[in-house]
Amino acid sequence: MKSLHGCNFVAMLVALAMVAAGALMLGQQVNAAAEGTITGTVKLDGTAPHMKGIDMSKDPYCVKQHENSPAHLENVVVGQGGGLENVVLYISEGLTGNEAASSEEPVFDQKGCLYTPHVLALDVNQKFKVITSDQTTHNIHPLPNAMTGNIPWNKSQPPGAPPIETSWKTPEMISVKCNIHPWMHGYFAVVKGPHATTDGNGAYTIHNVPAGNYTVTAWQEDLGTQTAKVTVAAGKAANANFTFKGK
Amino acid sequence: MGKFVAVTIVVIAIVSAIPILRHTWWMAPDISQHGAPIDEQMSETMAEAGISFLASQIILALFIWKFSGSRPSDPIKSFPGGAKTMVWAAFLLVGTEVLALGVFGVKAWANVYFAAPAANALPVQVQAGQFAFYFRYPGPDGSFGPLHPDLISEANANFFGIDVDHDPDSKDDIVTAEMAIPVNREIHLLMHAKDVGHSFFVPELRVQQDFVPGLDLSLHFTATKIGRYEIVCTQLCGLGHYNMKAYLSVMSQEDFDSWLKKEAALQ
Repeated sequence: MKSLHGCNFVAMLVALAMVAAGALMLGQQVNAAAEGTITGTVKLDGTAPHMKGIDMSKDPYCVKQHENSPAHLENVVVGQGGGLENVVLYISEGLTGNEAASSEEPVFDQKGCLYTPHVLALDVNQKFKVITSDQTTHNIHPLPNAMTGNIPWNKSQPPGAPPIETSWKTPEMISVKCNIHPWMHGYFAVVKGPHATTDGNGAYTIHNVPAGNYTVTAWQEDLGTQTAKVTVAAGKAANANFTFKGK
Repeated sequence: MGKFVAVTIVVIAIVSAIPILRHTWWMAPDISQHGAPIDEQMSETMAEAGISFLASQIILALFIWKFSGSRPSDPIKSFPGGAKTMVWAAFLLVGTEVLALGVFGVKAWANVYFAAPAANALPVQVQAGQFAFYFRYPGPDGSFGPLHPDLISEANANFFGIDVDHDPDSKDDIVTAEMAIPVNREIHLLMHAKDVGHSFFVPELRVQQDFVPGLDLSLHFTATKIGRYEIVCTQLCGLGHYNMKAYLSVMSQEDFDSWLKKEAALQ
C-alpha cells in the first residue's frame, strides 16, 4: 500500500507538470495569434504655438552644439500635415494584466544639452538607460510625486560616465530636468501596459495588444489628454486618431 | 638652535612677502569706473598688514636671537610699564589701524551703495536661482512688467514668471542667459533671488553683492573696457553651486543694440 501511494503521488506530480507546461505553451500560442495593434495619428488643429528659442550661453559647449541652428523648446513639436510629435499613447482602460511586457530597454540620451527623446514612454518596472553624449557635465533630476511610490533622485553624469540604469514603480508623468542647464526639460511617461509615442508625423502604433475593448489615452505635455474607445480584434490593427486643439 | 630658529623665521617672512610685493597673484585688472578706490583700499590694507606682519616676525626673531641662550635662573623682564601698558599699547596700535582702514573703506563702499544711479542708467534685472543667472531687459518701452512667481516654469522657459499675454509692459521684455552691457554706460542692476541666497561676483568689475531671498537689491556700475568676463556665484547655494555662472559681455553700443535685437527674436 505504502509504495502504491508513493507511485500515485509521483504520477500526480508528473501529470500536473505536463498539464501546466501544456497550458503555458497553449497560452503562448494563443497570445501570439491574438495580439493586435492600435495605430493612428495625432494632429494639432490650428496654428502651432510659438516655441521660444533657448539661450544656452551659460555653457559654451552647449552653444557650440547649436552654432548653425538655434535650439528651440520642444513642448509642442508639430511636423508635416499638423502631426504632433512626442504624444504618448497608452491603454487607460481594459487592460487584463496578460499583456506581454516589453523586453526593450529604451535609452534617454543627453545630446547637445537637450533630451533625446524629449518624452520617453515606459512601462511600469521597465528598465531604461540614461546616457550622455555630451562633453559637459549634466545632472539628471526626475521629479516624481514621492507619494505615488516613485522615488525622486538626482544624479550627476560627467562626460563618459557609465549609463544610469533604472525603472519606475508606478504610472506617472514624471518631469525631468538638469539643474546645471535649466532649459533642459523632458518627461518620463510611465504608463501601464503597451504604449507608443508619436513620431515626427504624429503617427504611432501600439504593439502587443490582445483582442478586447479598450480606452486609449493620448497625452501631450502641454495640451493635456484625450481618449478614444477602441475594439481590437485578434491579430488585426485597430485605428484611433486624435486631434488636439491649439491653445 | 635658537639662532637657527630666528633666522628661519625671518627667511620665511621675507620669502612669503615677495609674491605679494611682486603682485604675483594679484586681482584681475579693474574694468570699472568705481574700482580705483577699492583697489587703493586693497593695496593699503595689504601694505599695512604686510608691514605689521614683517615687523612682528622680525621682532620675534630678534627676541629669540637675543634670549634663546638664557638660563632658567635668569630674571624675567616684563614690558616697560607692565602688562597693563602693553595691552593699552596694542589696543591703541591696532585700533588706529582698523579705524583708518575703516574710514577709507567706508568711503569706497558708500560711493557704490549710497550714491543713486544716474537717471539714464540702463536697468537690467538679474534673477539668481539654483543654478543659473537669468537677465531681463525692459525692451523698447523701457519698463519691466510685474513678476508672477506662480508662472515661473523652466519647462516653458519662463524663468522670471512673466505674463506676456496680460501685462503690456512685459510684452517686449527680453530674457537672456548672458548679460551684455554697453561700454561706458551706467548699468542699474536690479537683483532678486528665486530660491536661496546667491551672489553676483564679477572680479574685474569690482562688484560682489549677495542675493537675499525676499529682498530686492540694486547696484550700479559702469564698465570701461570691452571684453567677456565671468559672473560667478560666491555664496554656497547647493550641489550645483560650483557650476553657477554666466558671462558678462561688455560691448560697444552698436554691438549691444544688435545683440539685443538678436535676443529679442529668440523670445
